[in-house]
Formats: sequence, C-alpha cells, structure tokens
Amino acid sequence: MEIIATYGTVFLILAIIFGFYMTWGIGANDVANAMGTSVGSGAITVKQAILIAAVFEFAGAFIAGGQVTSTIRKGIIDAGPLADSPELLVYGMLASLLAAAIWLMVATTRGWPVSTTHSIVGAIVGFAMVGIGIDAVQWGKIGQIAASWIVSPLVGGVIALFLMLSIRKLILDTADPFKSAKRWGPVYVFLVGWIISLVTLFKGLKHLDLHLTAWQSVAAATVIGLLVALIGSWMINRVKVDVKAERSHHFANVERVFTPMMIFTACAMAFAHGSNDVANGIGPMAAVVSIVETGGRVAQEAALPLWILGLGGAGIVLGLATLGYRVMQTIGTRITELTPTRGYCATLAAASTVVLASKTGLPVSTTQIAVGCVMGVGLARGIGALDLRVVGNIFLSWVVTLPAGALLAAGIFFLFKGIFS
Amino acid sequence: MKPKNPIAALFARSPFKPMQQHMAVVNDCVALVPVLFDALIAGDTKTMAETQAAIFKKEHEADQIKHEVRLHLPRSLFLPVDRRDLLEVLEVQDAIADTAQDIAGLLQQREMTVLEVMRDDLEALVRRCVDACAQSNAIIGELDELIETGFRGPEAERVEEMVKQLNAIETETDDIGMALTRKLFAHEQVMSPVSVMFWYRLIQWIGDIADNAEKVGDRMLLLIAR
Repeated sequence: MEIIATYGTVFLILAIIFGFYMTWGIGANDVANAMGTSVGSGAITVKQAILIAAVFEFAGAFIAGGQVTSTIRKGIIDAGPLADSPELLVYGMLASLLAAAIWLMVATTRGWPVSTTHSIVGAIVGFAMVGIGIDAVQWGKIGQIAASWIVSPLVGGVIALFLMLSIRKLILDTADPFKSAKRWGPVYVFLVGWIISLVTLFKGLKHLDLHLTAWQSVAAATVIGLLVALIGSWMINRVKVDVKAERSHHFANVERVFTPMMIFTACAMAFAHGSNDVANGIGPMAAVVSIVETGGRVAQEAALPLWILGLGGAGIVLGLATLGYRVMQTIGTRITELTPTRGYCATLAAASTVVLASKTGLPVSTTQIAVGCVMGVGLARGIGALDLRVVGNIFLSWVVTLPAGALLAAGIFFLFKGIFS
Repeated sequence: MKPKNPIAALFARSPFKPMQQHMAVVNDCVALVPVLFDALIAGDTKTMAETQAAIFKKEHEADQIKHEVRLHLPRSLFLPVDRRDLLEVLEVQDAIADTAQDIAGLLQQREMTVLEVMRDDLEALVRRCVDACAQSNAIIGELDELIETGFRGPEAERVEEMVKQLNAIETETDDIGMALTRKLFAHEQVMSPVSVMFWYRLIQWIGDIADNAEKVGDRMLLLIAR
C-alpha cells in the first residue's frame, strides 16, 4: 500500500505515457489496416479516411468500447490474490502496455502482420503467469478469446461472400445493372446503419445509462438505418451515367453508384475498430489509474474515466497523422483490384463482425477479420489474385506474438518490481 | 524484409490486366498481316520489309508480356480461375503471334508471287483470320467484367455467345482456305513445284491464325466453367 502512496504520481504518469504510446501505435498502423479496404477501393481519399477515422474511432471507443476495455482490464486475470499487494498489478499492467507497444513496433518495422490484440493479451497473460501464478489467468476466458480469433475471420469471410453474391444477384446479373444499383443502393446503405447500430444498441449501453429492450433496440436501429439510407440515396441520386466509362467496362457505372456508399462502410469500420482496438491501449491504463486513485484498492467495478477515453482517441489521431497517413497511402496505391462493390462487401462484413465481437467483450483482431473478409470476396471469384502466403504469415505471427508479448511483459514486470521495491 | 502491410500484401499482382495487354499486342501484330499481303500483291518491297519488321517487333513485345505474366503467377496465388487453364489461354494467345511471325518470316526469306486467280480468296482468307483474332481479343477484353460477376450469369452467357461467333468465323476461314487450296492445286502445272509446296504451307499458316484464335475462345469457356 505504501508503494502506491509513494509512487502514485509516477505510476499515473507512466501509465499515461505507455498508454499513449500504445494508442499511438494503434493509430499509426492498425487503423490503416481497418481503413485499407475503403482507401484501396478508391472510394475515399486518404484525407477523408483520416477525418472519418478520427471521428468514428473515438465514437466507437466511447459508445461501444466499454465491454472490451473491461475484458482487457479484468477479464483475463483474476486479481483477487493481489488484494494485499496492488502494486504488483500496477507493475504488471504497465509492463504489459510497454511490452505490447515495443513488440508492435519491432514487428511493424520488420513487416510482420501482428495484431495489437494478440500482443496485449499475450503480454497480460505473460505477466500474470510469472507475477501472480498460473492459476491467476482466467484460462476459460483466454480459450474463448483464442477461439474468437479463429472464428471471427471465418464469420467475416462468410458475410462478405453472401453480400457479394447478393449484389451479383440483385444488381450485376440484371438487364440494367445501373438502374438496379440505384434501386438497391439505398437498401445496402440502410444495411450498414442498421446492422452497426443494432449490434451496438442491443441490450442497451450500460455505461451511458441507456437501457433498451430488444424491441426498442430494433426500432432505434431501424430509425438510424433509415436516416443513413436517406442521406445515402441523396448521394446515390447525384450519380449520373458516364457513357464513356461504360464503353470500356460494362459495370463502370455500377461501381460509381457504390462509391458514395463506401463512405458509410468506412465510417462503420472506423467505429468498429474504435469499439474493439482502442481498448487494447486504454484497458491496462484504466486499470492502473483505478488502483492509484482508490489508493490501492483492486476494484472489480470502476467507472471508466472519460479523460482516459479522450487520451486514447487523441493517441490514435496522432498516430494516424504522423505515420498512419503514409501506411494508408501505400495501401491505396497497392490495392487497385478492389472496386467499390467488392470494397463495400469486405468492409461491411468486417465492421459487422468486429462490432459483434466487441459487444460480447471479445478482443478480436481487426486486421485479421479484414483479411478474412477480403478472402470471402475472393472466394466469390471476385478478385484477380490473392497472395495466400499472407494468410500463412498471419498464422505464423500468431504463434510468435503470444509468447513474445508474454516474455517481454514478464521481463519488464521484474524490472519494475526491482526499481520500485 | 521491407515493411509490408498485411492488407496491401494480400493483394497480389492480378494476371488479368497483363493477359489483356498481351492479347491486344497479339491483335496489333496480326492486324499487320493484311498489310503484308497487300504489299506482296502490289509488289511493294519497301512496305513489305517495314511490315515484316513491325510484325517481328510486336511478336517480341507479346513474348515479353507472356514472360512477365508467367513470372508473377506462383502457385501460392488464390485466383478466381484455375491457374493452369489461365496459362493455357496465354499459351494459345501467344501462338497466334508466333504464326503471324512465321508467315512474315517465310515471305521475307522466299520471294513469292501471287497468282491472279488466287488473289481474291487469299485477301478474303487473311481478312477473315484477322477478324477471328479481333474477336478473341474482344473476348479476352471481357475478363474484367467476368471477374466482376464471378464468371456467372448474363455476363458469362454473353461471352459464350461471343465464342460462338468466333467459332463461326473460324469455320468460314476453313472453307475459304480449302477453296484457295483447291485453286492452288488446279494451277499446280503452271507453278514451280517448290512454289506450290510453300503456298500450300502458307495457306495453312494463315488458317492457323484463326485456329489459334478459336482455341483462345474455347479455353476461355473452360476458364468460366471451373
């Protein structure tokens, strides 16, 4: 207890620095992956993507990020044995943040497709095993999380596949694809607003004191969906036939209808990413802050201070502005294969899957879901060529990231323990 | 290893655009063959030499694109079509340009004269073979649309229809070619035996342009049917 009292301010400052470092890393790299399919399809510019990301990442973290944050903060380890020595939990959370952030930076410069989620989960498990004991890890929960890492890209891929097939059936395989696109376009925009808000609102939002029944959620989601569809159809109606483009590519005009629709999926994706991945940075930070502020009580229930969310949002935006910008530009120039219809399917499928996982409190990897969704579109024979080696690399990085994060966190944990006591 | 983004790395270089480029170059190459025969009939040796050089250049260009496509088509790629079927389409596309080059080469190496009675049929045959090649170029041009619709539906039917037209053109070239060969044999007494032999071979080669063009269409059907 004295340690917390003596070094409280130091711990707070360290938590803020490490948390900011982590969210900066998420903004610099991870957000670009989330927005990649939107920028790559040429529907939105890099500047627009950053603007959308800044607003909707924050909104996602604020409105729907609570569940994942609390999983990261207290779902992975049982803090009960630490009631007498809360400083260990502080060291552990600080070590996890630093370890995950360092590992992410190393991996990113090496070009390994690692996940922020895997890094932080691996790090927390690593510190808990050496710092508290193997029994302190909630292995059941870890099993659930690990299973979600396999299931979520599959689910995303299947959704993307069915979306692609429906677009073909309803729009591309008709006598007048352009007319069909204009007719069904608003429905697809509605779908974006409806799914995202339905999943978010379902069972209410506890931390915002919003308690809705299932039916109220459906009604509210429908209203939001209709509002979005209204804006969408206004934008779609402004698209005019381009006869010259039609000549070289029969579906050029259908793609032009889907271009404004991609703005909505991009917003949805940023929202989904914010709801899931911001927690990786602010979860451990919030745990430290809660312990220090209560003077050493390992609280199981503590409100998430708003300023922490704000800090997380600011870190992401800064990461985007400094490095994420460049990553997005590379993606934009590299992915020319992804037309707006394909980008729409992949992005909406990814956003829905991520929001769904967030709602159940499962920290999933947005990047891997995005990869799964693109594969889904590819399975519909919709993409020129996909490099399967990337999928292999992702599996490899899985196998490496968990122990790497764990080892780093364990090492840093003992370092802190040595410094402060 | 250079920093790579997993999303960007997932998208490999699509072979379909280069396939279309290749076919377009082959089509340009074949389109020069009528110019060559017009010059031969007119006795314009200067134009002949220029056209021959141009055909050789186009064939070389096509070869280079072919190598590029093959180089960037490792087995680890996930394609909407069978990789081997795709390579076979490329192979027959390239065979069209090779045939055009053979024709140009023969006319360069041996001085050939066109009999008055053969002229009309020869011109008709050459032009129809060029039409066949242009038709397969149009079919390959539909590849983007096929990917867009997942190689199914009305778009696939449209391509099947185009292949049918191609088959009809090829049958026509067969008929013209046979009529031309009959005329050649009817006048074999007035020509040197060696000339007859080479004309016989030349007529077959011209027909091969349409044959290979037809194969491009047939292989495309296999691609669609995976």
